[in-house]
Amino acid sequence: MSLFLIVALPFLGAVFPALLIRAGRNACAWSAGVTSALAFVGLMINLPAVLRGEAVTARLDWLPWLGLNANFFLDGLGFLFAALILGIGLLIILYARFYLSREDPMGQFYTYLLLFQGAMVGIVLSDNILLLLVFWELTSLSSFLLIGYWKHLPEGRQGARMALAVTGSGGLAMIAGMLILGHIVGSYDLSVILQNKELIQASPLYLPALILILLGCFTKSAQFPFHFWLPHAMAAPTPVSAYLHSATMVKAGLFLLARMWPVLAGTPEWFYIVATTGLITMLLGAVIALFKDDLKALLAFSTVSHLGLITMLLGFGTEIAAIAAIFHIINHATFKAALFMSAGIIDHETGTRDIKRLGGLRHLMPVTFTIALIASLSMAGLPPLNGFLSKEMMLEETVHTVWGHSHLLVPGLALLAALFSAAYSFRYIAHVFLGPKRSDYPSPPHDPPVGLWLAPAFLVVLVVTIGLNAQAMVGPLVKVAASAVTGGELPYFKLKLWHGFNTALLMSTVATIGGLILLIMHGGLERVWNAMPRPEAKTIFDTVIGTLTQVSRVITDTLHNGAISRYAMIFVVFTLAIASYAYFTGTMELPTRDVQDAPLLPIVAWFCLISATAMLTFLHRNRQLALVLIGVVGLIVSLSFNFLSAPDLAMTQISVEVVSIILLLLCLNFLPKTTPVDSSLTIRLRDAVIAGVAGVGSAALIYAVMIRDFSFPTISEFHLANSYKGGGGTNVVNVILVDFRGFDTFGEIIVLGIAALVIFALTEAVLASNVRAYLLNRKPEWPQSGDAHPLMMVVVTRVMMPIALMVAAYIFFRGHNLPGGGFIAGLVAAIAFVMQYMASGFTWAAERQRIFYHGVIGSGVLIAAATGMGAWFNGLPFLTSAFGYVHLTPLKEFELATAALFDLGVFLAVLGAVMLALESLSRFAWQPGMVTEHAMDINPKRDDPPDPNTDQPASEGEA
Amino acid sequence: MITYATYFAFACFGAALMMNLWRILTSDGVGVRVLALDTMVINTIALLILYGISISSEIFFEAAMIIAMLGFVSTVAYARFMLRGNIIE
Repeated sequence: MSLFLIVALPFLGAVFPALLIRAGRNACAWSAGVTSALAFVGLMINLPAVLRGEAVTARLDWLPWLGLNANFFLDGLGFLFAALILGIGLLIILYARFYLSREDPMGQFYTYLLLFQGAMVGIVLSDNILLLLVFWELTSLSSFLLIGYWKHLPEGRQGARMALAVTGSGGLAMIAGMLILGHIVGSYDLSVILQNKELIQASPLYLPALILILLGCFTKSAQFPFHFWLPHAMAAPTPVSAYLHSATMVKAGLFLLARMWPVLAGTPEWFYIVATTGLITMLLGAVIALFKDDLKALLAFSTVSHLGLITMLLGFGTEIAAIAAIFHIINHATFKAALFMSAGIIDHETGTRDIKRLGGLRHLMPVTFTIALIASLSMAGLPPLNGFLSKEMMLEETVHTVWGHSHLLVPGLALLAALFSAAYSFRYIAHVFLGPKRSDYPSPPHDPPVGLWLAPAFLVVLVVTIGLNAQAMVGPLVKVAASAVTGGELPYFKLKLWHGFNTALLMSTVATIGGLILLIMHGGLERVWNAMPRPEAKTIFDTVIGTLTQVSRVITDTLHNGAISRYAMIFVVFTLAIASYAYFTGTMELPTRDVQDAPLLPIVAWFCLISATAMLTFLHRNRQLALVLIGVVGLIVSLSFNFLSAPDLAMTQISVEVVSIILLLLCLNFLPKTTPVDSSLTIRLRDAVIAGVAGVGSAALIYAVMIRDFSFPTISEFHLANSYKGGGGTNVVNVILVDFRGFDTFGEIIVLGIAALVIFALTEAVLASNVRAYLLNRKPEWPQSGDAHPLMMVVVTRVMMPIALMVAAYIFFRGHNLPGGGFIAGLVAAIAFVMQYMASGFTWAAERQRIFYHGVIGSGVLIAAATGMGAWFNGLPFLTSAFGYVHLTPLKEFELATAALFDLGVFLAVLGAVMLALESLSRFAWQPGMVTEHAMDINPKRDDPPDPNTDQPASEGEA
Repeated sequence: MITYATYFAFACFGAALMMNLWRILTSDGVGVRVLALDTMVINTIALLILYGISISSEIFFEAAMIIAMLGFVSTVAYARFMLRGNIIE
């Protein structure tokens, strides 16, 4: 089966449990199981090739210019991990089916589990480190969902958050490390990176890359000092703990250590960082595990300890140590998953996981006892079980390891860890199953149904058979996996039970006997342990996170206090700082252009502009006056655009100006008419200085630019040369809008449409809320004039309507070659309609408005899109325009361009958006009684008797 | 002759623009200022057309037309706001 399919199957299959839970819990579990089984079978098909030492690959260039390729490859190491992930995944799916209660949403559980499974398989099969990082983050996210699966438990939520924070930040460090690594090698493909050991280790960036990647590995694999999240993640349901926290996710870090072993290992830095961390973790985890009363906490710390063991072996950097590490990965996965499941069974059947409340279960739960006994003895490292074999190999390796100048340090500490390891394993048996039967179990213990014990039983069968016949069971697999780790030939080795009387056997014996002694002394030791002050990881973590939150809140609140003057100040000061830096460090050429003479009239216009702006600055608190002054500014700006030969801009400017003023006046009806004084005089003076400096600076910059020629050729020559040739129009501005930058315009009309729809939606929401009552009973703030719809105005606007529309059509059609175009035409047409609303009233106009503005916007966007897509039928890219000339007999020859059709789309979208926005806003002011029969009413009360059928409001009268 | 005529007209409308500005800067209340702005729009249209005449170009004609049309609408909007508070009712 293709590697793509193996990776994709869990992701594809993740949909089914969520859907099939409606068909029952069995269907749900089956769908998850079948998915995993299919992927597992697909993997097994590749087994013969892997055992022959071939690497199976699947390649797909995804984003090659970023170095990101969807490349997968399967070698011995990848196969081993994928088999563990999928195989144990199958057992977990079976176990979880019987473990989860009826109240737990099972569909969600299996969906998360399969997502996690897919991400894990993705990690171990990736041949591209960027792809690997993507899957790495996916495991962090999906494990977050799984740990926090019991959302109602605070411990679950907190544990999930802690796991995400720790592994997520480690993942960030690892991204940096991987990028450095890819930078050193010049490729992000693992198979290339693994060939470049000398290059990487000679690089000065080797150490930073190593440390960053190790941070990722150590956080994921719960190595000291990041081990604290793992015990807290035990708040997850037991299947999750058994799967993520013993067999798979925590081994992802180990996997990466092993994967990077050929290029990163073998240096003193590697040895001292990795082996030391592993050793400390192994010892610390084993010691703490002995004093935990919660079964799962005991197993969690034991896992931490065993992960440390494997890390240490990988840190040694020798081939035999790598073999031992691989072998122990298999063994640990089998016995630890079985132990977690047995702990889950005990919790499930007795109602508690507290060792202090258990004991004497061997007669009550014989099956569970057998499973737990074999798995614990394997964990303790007793023959003939598989844990014994790899522990022997580990002890043997430590004897040959020199740390600093000491020959005894590593073996001594390893022995101590093995001793504690034996002790907590024995305790798991002695304090839970042995001893007298008790009468105070929370619920009467009995063996679980077969579904629950089948999976752990299968695993302990493996524990025994691998122990008895290691070479035949896993020898070839360990060999190919270890040779993938070391990246070369391995020294001869044979996995066997009996190595003769050697140092390792002696150390094992000491550890076992010492472990028994520790167990006997446990009561006394525990009192000493509990009396000792110990740092509580969760408190430290909470303090750190709390402080970080506090700091970021202070920063955020300082920068974003809700006042726009603050934002503007930060922005302007920052820009000023950068600009000053550029000015003082850069160079400036001498002016190349002469300053032109200024005629008198432009100076007059400039004076108007400056005066109006200055006045606006001082009088802006009177909002209505401010609008009038803005009108002056807009008018002069439009005049300047004309004077500077940009009539298109001038027309756009003035039409946008008018529409905005109408919009603002509509809003001002509901807003305070004056702006309150918010900030003190000092702050305003400060802001005035900043604004003044920035204004003078901008003016100086513009002046400096204008008296020099451009350093680079501008794009305008291209536009001028190609406007007619390529776009069929002589108005370059319009051709840019509808052709050169047509895609931008297309996006913009969509955004415009969305904005108008949002205004509509907000209006609907506000009018449906209790604000409506206030709006309906609003009284005008000042006396109103009597004529709602003055006769003169109604007549004038109605006469002007066809003229305005004609102007819009004229502007639209000439747009391609002369100033104009769809955008301006849309605004003009919109203003023609708005005039009717203003003069004859909302009701009158709305009654005559038969096409919904939503539809106008939509048809505009669709027409533009269809025009763009038309190019596809000629085999050209989206929005390529075409034009030709048509001669119809009575008319002169005229040009037809697809760009004009696109412009029609722009026209409709603009028209619809403006009208929808204005109409929505004007609906706020609607009050009952505004319905008038007389669109041209000259206060109907004066000469017409009131119509009894319509409510004439009192407000229409005397003013 | 036409050159001098346009110069004269430029001078008149330029002066008119300054007078409008004077009204806007010194008047009390909004109403007079709206009227001044409306007059300013008319003077601007004249200036645009004159400018077109002086450089013998038709290119500003449409811009002047649109300013004329839209200037009227914005004046109406200001006026309605002052009279009724609500410009679309």
